[in-house]
Amino acid sequence: MASTRNGSPQETQSFAWLYDPRTRGIILQIALLVGVAAFFIEIGLNTAANLNAQNIATGFGFLDRTAGFDISQTLVPYKSTSTYGQVFWVGLTNTLLVAVIGIVLATVFGFVIGLARLSSNWLVARLGTVYVETIRNVPLLLQLLAWYFTLLIALPSPDAALELPLGVGVTNRGLYLPAPVWEPGLGAVLIAALAGIAGAVAIGIWARRKRLATGEQVPAFWYGLAVVVMPALVVFLSLGAPISFEYPTPGRFNLDGGIVLLPELMALLLGLTLYTAAFIAEIVRSGIEAVPRGQKEAAAALGLHPWQVQRLVVIPQAMRVIIPPLTNQYLNLTKNSSLAVAIGYPDLVSVFAGTVLNQTNQAVEVILITMGVYLAISLLTALLMNWFNARMALVER
Amino acid sequence: MDAGPIARSVDWLRTNLFSSWGNTILTLICLTIVWYVIVGFVDWAIFSAVFAGSDGSACNKPDAGACWPFVTHKLGLFMYGRYPDPERWRINLTYVLALAGLVPLMIPRVPGKLWLSIYLLTVFPIIGFILVRGGVFWLPHIPTELWGGLFLTLVVASVGIVASFPIGILLALGRRSELPIVRWACIGFIEVVRGVPLVTVLFMASVMLPLFLPPDVTFDKLLRALIGVALFSAAYMAEVIRGGLQAIPRGQYEAADALGLSYGQKMAFIVLPQALKLVIPGIVNSFIALFKDTSLVLIIGLFDLLGIVQQSISSDAKWFSPQTAATGYFFAGLIFWIFCFSMSRYSAFLERRLAGGERQ
Repeated sequence: MASTRNGSPQETQSFAWLYDPRTRGIILQIALLVGVAAFFIEIGLNTAANLNAQNIATGFGFLDRTAGFDISQTLVPYKSTSTYGQVFWVGLTNTLLVAVIGIVLATVFGFVIGLARLSSNWLVARLGTVYVETIRNVPLLLQLLAWYFTLLIALPSPDAALELPLGVGVTNRGLYLPAPVWEPGLGAVLIAALAGIAGAVAIGIWARRKRLATGEQVPAFWYGLAVVVMPALVVFLSLGAPISFEYPTPGRFNLDGGIVLLPELMALLLGLTLYTAAFIAEIVRSGIEAVPRGQKEAAAALGLHPWQVQRLVVIPQAMRVIIPPLTNQYLNLTKNSSLAVAIGYPDLVSVFAGTVLNQTNQAVEVILITMGVYLAISLLTALLMNWFNARMALVER
Repeated sequence: MDAGPIARSVDWLRTNLFSSWGNTILTLICLTIVWYVIVGFVDWAIFSAVFAGSDGSACNKPDAGACWPFVTHKLGLFMYGRYPDPERWRINLTYVLALAGLVPLMIPRVPGKLWLSIYLLTVFPIIGFILVRGGVFWLPHIPTELWGGLFLTLVVASVGIVASFPIGILLALGRRSELPIVRWACIGFIEVVRGVPLVTVLFMASVMLPLFLPPDVTFDKLLRALIGVALFSAAYMAEVIRGGLQAIPRGQYEAADALGLSYGQKMAFIVLPQALKLVIPGIVNSFIALFKDTSLVLIIGLFDLLGIVQQSISSDAKWFSPQTAATGYFFAGLIFWIFCFSMSRYSAFLERRLAGGERQ
């Protein structure tokens, strides 16, 4: 810093550090740290005082206490005498169930709609646009409530259950599917199938090596399919089809037995799938449109079949654009599944952040755990995506 | 190319709808679907619909369509919530004051954008708050428990977006700061908030916020929801603004440094004006998302448009009928759709305009 006219050099120097950006940065950061720390201490003290005054316990001991309520859908063993900790696992598995099924369905449907919007058929493209613009601009919660209500109204009551082929029954208490029953010998079929998959992977690698070395094309897909299906099928038939189904049968008030998909689950899946598919459709469309026209023309000029142009040239390049926002939509779907609380599907937020919180009043612990779960899912996905993006970028250069 | 209009439309049909066997079948399938949807909808909404009646019994016919009296009788409730009838002019006046600032702001040709923004961000909120809440001058006080319907939806969405804007700018600047503690604090906040669902943030705001405060401080339920919504959307806003900051060429930052501007001056006069202009479409898109997300406040017991419709459907015995719910949801959906669709069109228009400006 240059010395000012009036101050002696010594005096100026003693204040010069004030104008040094690095010192200022350090001071600012210390101030921020102190501020944040003070904020958290204040919050902590207030919370402790409030909890004390309201006689609410603290700590995670409540997870071992008996829950005392029933849950309509449990994928892990659960009784009303189970603990709050087990409620957490029930909620988490229910959330993951919806997320996984929803992601699969939304991806398929989203790709269909996205391709429809690019169709050369005017009507198909227009219908795709109408679908996307209608669904995207209405809140998901409203759609969920509307689907739930529609299902409850439209489906028959248990005494007039709708019987579909293959032993599937539909009532407004749920969709009843035959439950497969594991019989001795099925393990062998499973082992055969696993061995088949390993064989198919090996064939894939061999076909790729051969193609790179000699340029010869091997129908690896069909070979692989045969290797996966044939041994498993042979073992399955030779053991006399070791599987049976437990069919839902009309009981006193309801259908009994089989696998039940609750109407809440169906409404949630329907809503999440249709909503997310509209966003995925837009991602797919913009991804495919992002591939330069010249790429397609060049591929066609090389003599590739239109189908090959799509599979070998357009889709690999479009996927690079599609996958990052697609992952975002998967995360959105997972987070949006928390709206289950509004229609009473027993997901994590509904049973844990809802019922357990109300029973124990331990808001801080319950909310922190719940948020932690979603955060962990998000961060895990983000890490996976960064790894994936890095790989994609390497291939590009 | 001297074909008549008929020849031209036949030609259009052949290339766009019936270019091949596959396309023809597809077209016919789609036409059937469209036909059934349109006929079914028109029948439900008009021909079989009930238009008159003072309670649900009028709609309680076996093949009745939409139950419109449900909407017409409750229109005031859906629009204003339980805000007292004689005072509703105050909300309408607030709308007029908002539109007076918003409409000219949205038309690109009108000058004085800066003054309009200042009016909307400072003068209008104060007047609007006094008007709708009352309790001063001769205006009776209307507690926020009575606020509801579309009015509450608009309050939550606009307060959320306006409050999230300055926080979002600070977070975005912090995330790009060279100071490690500042940067990591901002990254931490943004990523945590973006990683959790809004429902949990609202739960936190409604259940945990009262615990965080000294015992003698009590908080209005609406204010708690607003804090939750604002913090949630600030994290998303920060990412939108960061996109704009990244799009500003490095030379702009360096030129500002070379001129000897301080960090604050550099950001306020050089970088932010350019960056924010770039991200206006992104901000409108966040607003659309927030507008839809406000419906979640029904989960913590506030009655926004969807909340009040849902409550009327589920607990007003006077209007029980098979079609009440469908009519209510359709009405609420239509309102949401009109708002969101027009905003998304506007955002697309801005994007085209920005892209055009860059090409020149």
